[in-house]
Amino acid sequence: MNNTTLHSAGTEGQLAWYAAVAYEDLAFNTGKTIRCDATEVALFKLSSGTIRAIQNRCPHKDGVLAEGIVAGEHVFCPMHDRKIDLMSGLVQAPDTGCVTTYPVRIEDGQIYIGLPAAKEMAS
Amino acid sequence: MGESREKLVLIGNGMAGMNTIEHIIKLAPHKYDITVFGSEPHPNYNRILLSYVLAGDSKVEDIVIHPMEWYEANGIHLYSNETVTSVDTAGQNVTTDSGLTVAYDKLIVATGSNPFMLPLPGADKEGVMAYRTIRDCEIMIEASQQYKKAVVIGGGLLGLEAARGFLNLGMQVDVVHIVDTIMERQLDRTASKMLQEALEAQGMNFLLEKQTESIIGDERVQGLKFKDGTVAEADLIVMAVGIRPNVALARESGLEVANGIVVDDYLQTSVPNVYAVGECAQHRGAVYGLVAPLYEQGAVLAKRLAGAETVPYEGSVVYTKLKVSGVDVFSGGQFMDAEDTKAIRVHDEFSGIYKKVVVKDNKIVGAVLFGDTADGTRLMQMIRNGDDISGLEKTAILRDNSGSGNGGGSGVAEMADDAIICGCNGVSKGTICSAIKDQGLTSVEEVKNCTTASRSCGGCKPLVSELLSYTLGDAYEKTSGKETICGCTDHSREEILAAMKEKGLSHVKEVMSVLAWKNEGGCSKCRPALNYYLAMLNPTTYADDPTSRFVNERMHANIQKDGTYSVIPRIYGGVTSPAELKRIAEVAEKFEVPTVKFTGGQRIDLLGVKKEHLTQMWEDLDMPSGYAYGKALRTVKTCVGDTYCRFGTADAMGMGIQLEKRFERLNTPAKVKMAVSGCPRNCAESGIKDLGVVAIDGGWELYAGGNGGVKVRAGDLMMVVKTESEVIEYTEAYLQYYRETGIYGERTSEWVKRLGIDTIKEVISDPEQRAGLCARMNETLSVTKDPWKEAVNNATIRKDLYEVVEIKS
Ligand SMILES: Cc1cc2nc3c(=O)[nH]c(=O)nc-3n(C[C@H](O)[C@H](O)[C@H](O)COP(=O)(O)OP(=O)(O)OC[C@H]3O[C@@H](n4cnc5c(N)ncnc54)[C@H](O)[C@@H]3O)c2cc1C
Ligand code: SF4
Ligand code: FES
Repeated sequence: MNNTTLHSAGTEGQLAWYAAVAYEDLAFNTGKTIRCDATEVALFKLSSGTIRAIQNRCPHKDGVLAEGIVAGEHVFCPMHDRKIDLMSGLVQAPDTGCVTTYPVRIEDGQIYIGLPAAKEMAS
Repeated sequence: MGESREKLVLIGNGMAGMNTIEHIIKLAPHKYDITVFGSEPHPNYNRILLSYVLAGDSKVEDIVIHPMEWYEANGIHLYSNETVTSVDTAGQNVTTDSGLTVAYDKLIVATGSNPFMLPLPGADKEGVMAYRTIRDCEIMIEASQQYKKAVVIGGGLLGLEAARGFLNLGMQVDVVHIVDTIMERQLDRTASKMLQEALEAQGMNFLLEKQTESIIGDERVQGLKFKDGTVAEADLIVMAVGIRPNVALARESGLEVANGIVVDDYLQTSVPNVYAVGECAQHRGAVYGLVAPLYEQGAVLAKRLAGAETVPYEGSVVYTKLKVSGVDVFSGGQFMDAEDTKAIRVHDEFSGIYKKVVVKDNKIVGAVLFGDTADGTRLMQMIRNGDDISGLEKTAILRDNSGSGNGGGSGVAEMADDAIICGCNGVSKGTICSAIKDQGLTSVEEVKNCTTASRSCGGCKPLVSELLSYTLGDAYEKTSGKETICGCTDHSREEILAAMKEKGLSHVKEVMSVLAWKNEGGCSKCRPALNYYLAMLNPTTYADDPTSRFVNERMHANIQKDGTYSVIPRIYGGVTSPAELKRIAEVAEKFEVPTVKFTGGQRIDLLGVKKEHLTQMWEDLDMPSGYAYGKALRTVKTCVGDTYCRFGTADAMGMGIQLEKRFERLNTPAKVKMAVSGCPRNCAESGIKDLGVVAIDGGWELYAGGNGGVKVRAGDLMMVVKTESEVIEYTEAYLQYYRETGIYGERTSEWVKRLGIDTIKEVISDPEQRAGLCARMNETLSVTKDPWKEAVNNATIRKDLYEVVEIKS
């Protein structure tokens, strides 16, 4: 049940919005794991109060990014310390790679995450 | 491309020759077609840094100055592993050992030196060697894997660096020296004796006033015999007794040679179109054996060959700095007292600092510094400039750096742009300042990476730091060139701790903003370190910052490569009960734990646990956290001791359980493992623990700084005590001292090596200091709480850290 097929967001433009957690319930700089079928999202509330959502697996060796140390706009992968920009999803130099980023929206104190509405995800 | 270039040939792919070439291609990129010959099979490398390779701090790749691709990119033909065997100065060509002949319009001879080998009987045996090249370094490292005992002949700079390398390689080492003071050509008696003491504390053994008569052994060396009849065992002998300019080729080719190849103020030899530079050259009677002069020569020669204006080379004032970690020694100019000199001296025996500045006719002519060498480069500059010091407050010449602050008094502002700041790499003030401005550099580290200044011996870091503050003004916080804790700051650990204390800083964020961190929010290196230091300084008042902890310490479980966790409950001293085992078994079944394993620390590891199951599992286990994840006390391994064992002399299990109960939950700079054995048979492996306890008849031995991991190290015997309560007391003092002086991430094995076991012994055997340490330890331990219980009882912690939100699609 734990295999993580990841869908790249964006290209097809077909997003489905899901309510994740209440804004107030999210602790600062502490990643939250959000599971939606096979997709795992790491959700962050930065010091600035901004919310960011990225794929919860590091492109290097699948480190769980929700458990990384959050510094400014970046998260450090807990496995081998890759530094990942939470805005762009880009792994920072000297390493390379990128993670999928997901759009977020806050309505009535509730955080919504936009996931690609790919049909193969539905059960 | 059209016009034909002049042909420039360099013999000797070493530091002096290649530095000259580097300058030439900058000054006149298209003037020459360049060919380089080098006997060594490597591209140009920084010979100075060999000692770091030997000490295990750098790799061979790290010390390469120009990789092969650089030669290609600059159109230089490099023939490595190829030796020039003759020069035809009439026909203007050179011939190599492979039979290749290459014509030149201009020839540079930069053949360096050969190590001098004492012509002793037996010197041709296997295992007798010099220390000069990468190959030598490799041979020494290989030998250390097979042999135990090295002898270095020669107590000069090179010999001592070689000896330090052998210690790092785990070998025993004797340093044989002919007079009774080491480095006598660089140090006065006081500094030399201080150095000897410091090195002895690191484990070096000195055989002074010994003259070697012969080397004994069959095919391979077995030892040395001295003139006084005594002998020393040896599996490997390194001769570091001096160097001789490598001039055979030059002499055969008809160049004028005295000690070295004779050159004029523009590095020209006695033969037209042939130049010499570096250790093989002799200028105004002087032959140099250090890199700073070679760079000065190279700069003049390069300008000459590039057809640029240049001042003549007029000789160099040299200085040396010993590159042995843990000791700071600096010596420069004419440092010996003479009839017409006076000296300013500071000798602080408490902190092991000695400084002497020799003055002649109101000018500084030499200096020796021990313990604190920050003044070195500044003094050298004053020597070179011939500054008149009659107007200066004498004590201000040796200003105390510890107070730092409004420094800048070294006169970097007045220095000329072409004044050399980094002698080892020949980097001038102008180069550094423009790099700072043009490339927006803000730290010594960045300057090092961009300009190579301070990359080699590190002696010029203080000056580089001052140039930064001079160039950037207030935007640069002075760091005195020390090591910073990470790239986010220019402050060293010491400065940060001082600021935390003085300014009463109490949050990680506050530290980062008060000390002007460069990266918002810091990084995964500094944040955990700051969190640790703050808690160490204010044990009872500091509120831990979980967001600054590495995942394992935040979650109180070890994350595994698949994102699951491992759970290891505390089992004091490795002693459990049937009831406890049943409970563990039931929990493992209930949560379908895929793997149950015994650890090396005598505990049970439940592997493959999902994050959302952790707290429930802890509640069911109802055992304290084993801290198998933390920079903290891990386990206390025990043997059965006299409770069951026929050899046992004491209650090892009881002692171990007491220790584990006392120190569980203690945070330390890095993980701490302990063990208690009931007799010297040492079944609990006390010899390779951060603290190992071994019962002996009527008492206990305490071993410090052992390690059974990456770099195996046997612990040093620190103390022998009588009672169990003394074991606890001394352990408290030891661990607290480690907590206070250890660098975050530094294991006790490295820490003991850095401080020296004698220093640690001294501190913890002093009743007053020990009482202070124990009191602070007590305060620290008085507030620890079991993190598993906390998580179980606290809904916010459970939600913030362990909850997984499922959303339905
Ligand atoms: C372990 C160690 C530590 C040192 N530490 C310091 C220090 O801290 N500070 C300091 O200032 N100095 C230090 N030195 C000294 C410094 O390294 C030398 O002064 C410097 O390397 C000399 O440069 P060079 O170019 O004249 O000679 P080299 O660097 O020796 O270069 C000469 C090169 O020419 C090659 N060669 C010789 N003959 C021929 C030929 N016929 N054909 C082709 N190639 C040939 C040689 O193989 C060699 O590679 C140290 C030296 C050693 C060995
Ligand atoms: S260390 Fe000594 S007392 Fe302990 S088990 Fe081994 S032999 Fe017995
Ligand atoms: S898995 Fe993220 S850095 Fe290796």
